[in-house]
Amino acid sequence: MGLSQSYIAAKFGIAERDLERYLAEALGSGGDYADLFFEHLATTSFSLDESIVKGATQGVSMGVGVRVISGERTGYAYSDDLSPERILRAARVAACIASGPSKVQTTGLQEAAIRNLYPVLVAPTETELGGRVELVKRADGAARAYDARIFQVQVVYADNLRHTLVATSDGTLSHDRQPLTRVSVSALAREGGGPPQRGSSGGGGRVGLEFFDNHSTPEFFAREAARQAVLLLDAVPAPAGEITVVLGPGWPGILVHEAVGHGLEADFNRKGVSAFSGRIGEQVAGPLCTIVDDGTIAHRRGSLNVDDEGTPTEKNVLIEKGVLRGYLQDRLSSRLMRSPATGSGRRESYQSIPIPRMTNTYLMAGESDPEEILRSVAKGVYCKSFGGGQVDITSGNFVFSASESYLIEGGRLGPPLRDATLVGNGPEALKWISMVGNDLQLDLGVGICGKEGQSVPVGVGIPTVKIDRMTVGGAA
Amino acid sequence: MNEMDYRQLAADVVKIARGRGADEAECTISEGDEFSVTIRMREIETLKEAGARGAGVRVLLGQRPGSSYTSDLTPDGLARMVDSAIELARLTTDDPFAGLPEEAELGSAPGELDLYSDDVAALASDVRIRMARDCEEAAFAVDPRIVNSEGASFSSSVSQRAFANSRGFASAYRTSSCGLNTVPVAREGDSMERDYWYTAARRAALLETPEHVGRIAAERALRRLNPRKIATERLPVVFEPRTAGSLIGSIFEAVSGDAIYRKASFLTGKLGQRIAAACLTLIDDATMPGLLGASPFDDEGVPSRRTVVIDRGVLSSYLLNTYTARKLGLKTTGNAARGLTGNAGVGHGNLYLGQGELSPGEILGSVRRGLLVTELMGSGVNIVTGDYSRGAAGLWIEDGKPVFAVSEVTISGNLGEMLDGIESVGSDLEFRGSISAPTLLIREMTVSGR
Repeated sequence: MGLSQSYIAAKFGIAERDLERYLAEALGSGGDYADLFFEHLATTSFSLDESIVKGATQGVSMGVGVRVISGERTGYAYSDDLSPERILRAARVAACIASGPSKVQTTGLQEAAIRNLYPVLVAPTETELGGRVELVKRADGAARAYDARIFQVQVVYADNLRHTLVATSDGTLSHDRQPLTRVSVSALAREGGGPPQRGSSGGGGRVGLEFFDNHSTPEFFAREAARQAVLLLDAVPAPAGEITVVLGPGWPGILVHEAVGHGLEADFNRKGVSAFSGRIGEQVAGPLCTIVDDGTIAHRRGSLNVDDEGTPTEKNVLIEKGVLRGYLQDRLSSRLMRSPATGSGRRESYQSIPIPRMTNTYLMAGESDPEEILRSVAKGVYCKSFGGGQVDITSGNFVFSASESYLIEGGRLGPPLRDATLVGNGPEALKWISMVGNDLQLDLGVGICGKEGQSVPVGVGIPTVKIDRMTVGGAA
Repeated sequence: MNEMDYRQLAADVVKIARGRGADEAECTISEGDEFSVTIRMREIETLKEAGARGAGVRVLLGQRPGSSYTSDLTPDGLARMVDSAIELARLTTDDPFAGLPEEAELGSAPGELDLYSDDVAALASDVRIRMARDCEEAAFAVDPRIVNSEGASFSSSVSQRAFANSRGFASAYRTSSCGLNTVPVAREGDSMERDYWYTAARRAALLETPEHVGRIAAERALRRLNPRKIATERLPVVFEPRTAGSLIGSIFEAVSGDAIYRKASFLTGKLGQRIAAACLTLIDDATMPGLLGASPFDDEGVPSRRTVVIDRGVLSSYLLNTYTARKLGLKTTGNAARGLTGNAGVGHGNLYLGQGELSPGEILGSVRRGLLVTELMGSGVNIVTGDYSRGAAGLWIEDGKPVFAVSEVTISGNLGEMLDGIESVGSDLEFRGSISAPTLLIREMTVSGR
């Protein structure tokens, strides 16, 4: 692969010597390291409401971010104009962070051979618009056909195609083409004149439109949303207080994302502000728990060939049989902590400074039969699907909100429960995991993670697990 | 380019769209420069300075909408944007309610809104850096238990927004804003807690001092140390202004026209009815000069205004844009909001709770046993049903006084019952952002802990 195969280099006529010149300018006032991040993003979305395609939007944005690192300091500037003068100006602004004579020689750029985790021949963004509009109409029909009590359906289809080009002063040159697509369905059900209930579902990934042809059809997501809305018509208030919780496979993996993942991002640990700081090697969970962050799973929403600093992603073990193993590193933290980069440096766009982030985070499968896990619980709550979550990485306290859950009575599923938030403490909660199922599933592919104002697509996963004690915030 | 140039450019894009076959068109152009500096452990951590521009267009072919945006403001880039929107409009469905505001509805709020101040751009870099430095230092100075910091940041932005449509509206305005915040970390034994404080304003001269911001942030972090988890029970709950503001944010979603016409709000059909205690009045006012939620017109070109949403407990108005107003047979309240393009959603200006008569101290003093909520976490608010269940941290109140920190609990109830159960509204209303509320006391909620 050569630079000529980079979409951005070809489109804007960027040659290696240009990149070297920009990097040299960025290091013109000193500094230890500099990089350039070019991004071209094309997006399309369709939205349907009341069986009408009410919205359709396409757009293009592009720009370059220039970063200079001097010790622990970062200087950053960006431009949405890719002319050499503007890029050089951004380089000089970023260079203001450093002072003194230039001390780093930019080495010749070396392009790393990369794999392709999402070999999508034609990205959804590149297909005929008509085919994509059909997806939202199909979902609407299926949700309404599911049950006569469904009275409102909203469907959003969204895709984007992101091209990146990264050049660094230590010689890394990489580019990537990142397709991403999803369908999301939300349905409202009502019984007679009673109060409505909402259900939602959706899925996608770094895939072509053929993804929606077989199992992951718009109809499937639509029926899921409708089923959930109808189910909740009979929901009873959730219990309040500490209780045994069983998490079903898939989406409930948001537990590991909040309870563990954020607290292991290297920036917080380098600064000593995470509840997990300085605890590498400690037993923080039972021996049943092995948690990984894996950016290399083919076609997954959270996967990347290279992160936004040009580092190939990896399968990183965070917790191995209960023992804390490692942090998620970006380049800055890995330099300062003298630890290898883990391919975790991500940014929302060229306007943002990269920071350590998760990709696809999940708890590995155990050996228990999911049925047996359920049968072992006399009284508890079974959570099948979740809304959002949040964590305070310093205290370690986290929450996540159950959108589909059931009472467990005598080892069996009881009535569905109304929305409830679950709360726990990261380093403590995992110790209460007493059974891990053999049925690991990843989520369906609509996850978004926010940190320091930057949103990036992520995935989560978990097998069925039993947590002996957790606080459930119901109103019962 | 200045505001007038952008206004002209937006009007030109509308003309191009009409020329290429659009029956109606509206164009937004925005441009902004941002600066931020973060100091951590007394050293500069990041320094960022840059600017970006963008344009968006929405067209109607008959009553079929199509939208597009671009960061390429060259004539070619803008022409491609227009073509892309028209191409999409051929694929959407005729919507009898789609359209622009009537000509008579367009315009700007009268009077000077003080949205821009020269003193923001005029601040020298070393002053900005010193403000962040002083802010973090002030937090460290409060107590030796402030041992660490996630840093202190000063940030500022200066931007312009132009809007034009095919009903003859074309206008633009300039805004400035700046802010200062810090996140100190307190430690005592094994207990480690952080909190933050911030100040933000359109005028640099109106910021709270770095010393004040640092001190409040440190005091907030310190009072969270050594938290306890309390037993599950029904208790009176006091929301301090920051968490009361979060509650107002949930009420905003429930009164916004999008949720109402879809019957996706627990307040659907409640116009004119009593939905809250009589001590509650909620106002949205985008015409309050100098405040962060002010603007001359909304994102459809309708003048900003003051709307009383809840009048002494009675739901007196929804918040609407043109589309949601037509769906409900009402008039727009000038609350259209969007980024660069797309169908407008519903936003708010300065949304605030009218203040009551009791000081925060008097409200706490009226609680024998209860919880003062200083932080809310998670997304557990269901606007459809009103079910409310969120992670919380705060202080245990005993005989009217905070006595120890509480964390890892949830508070839950139903928004309808919570609004009805508001017993006191404080006299401590401050406009710190676009949502503002004083201290609130809710008679009883379920606090889940042990």
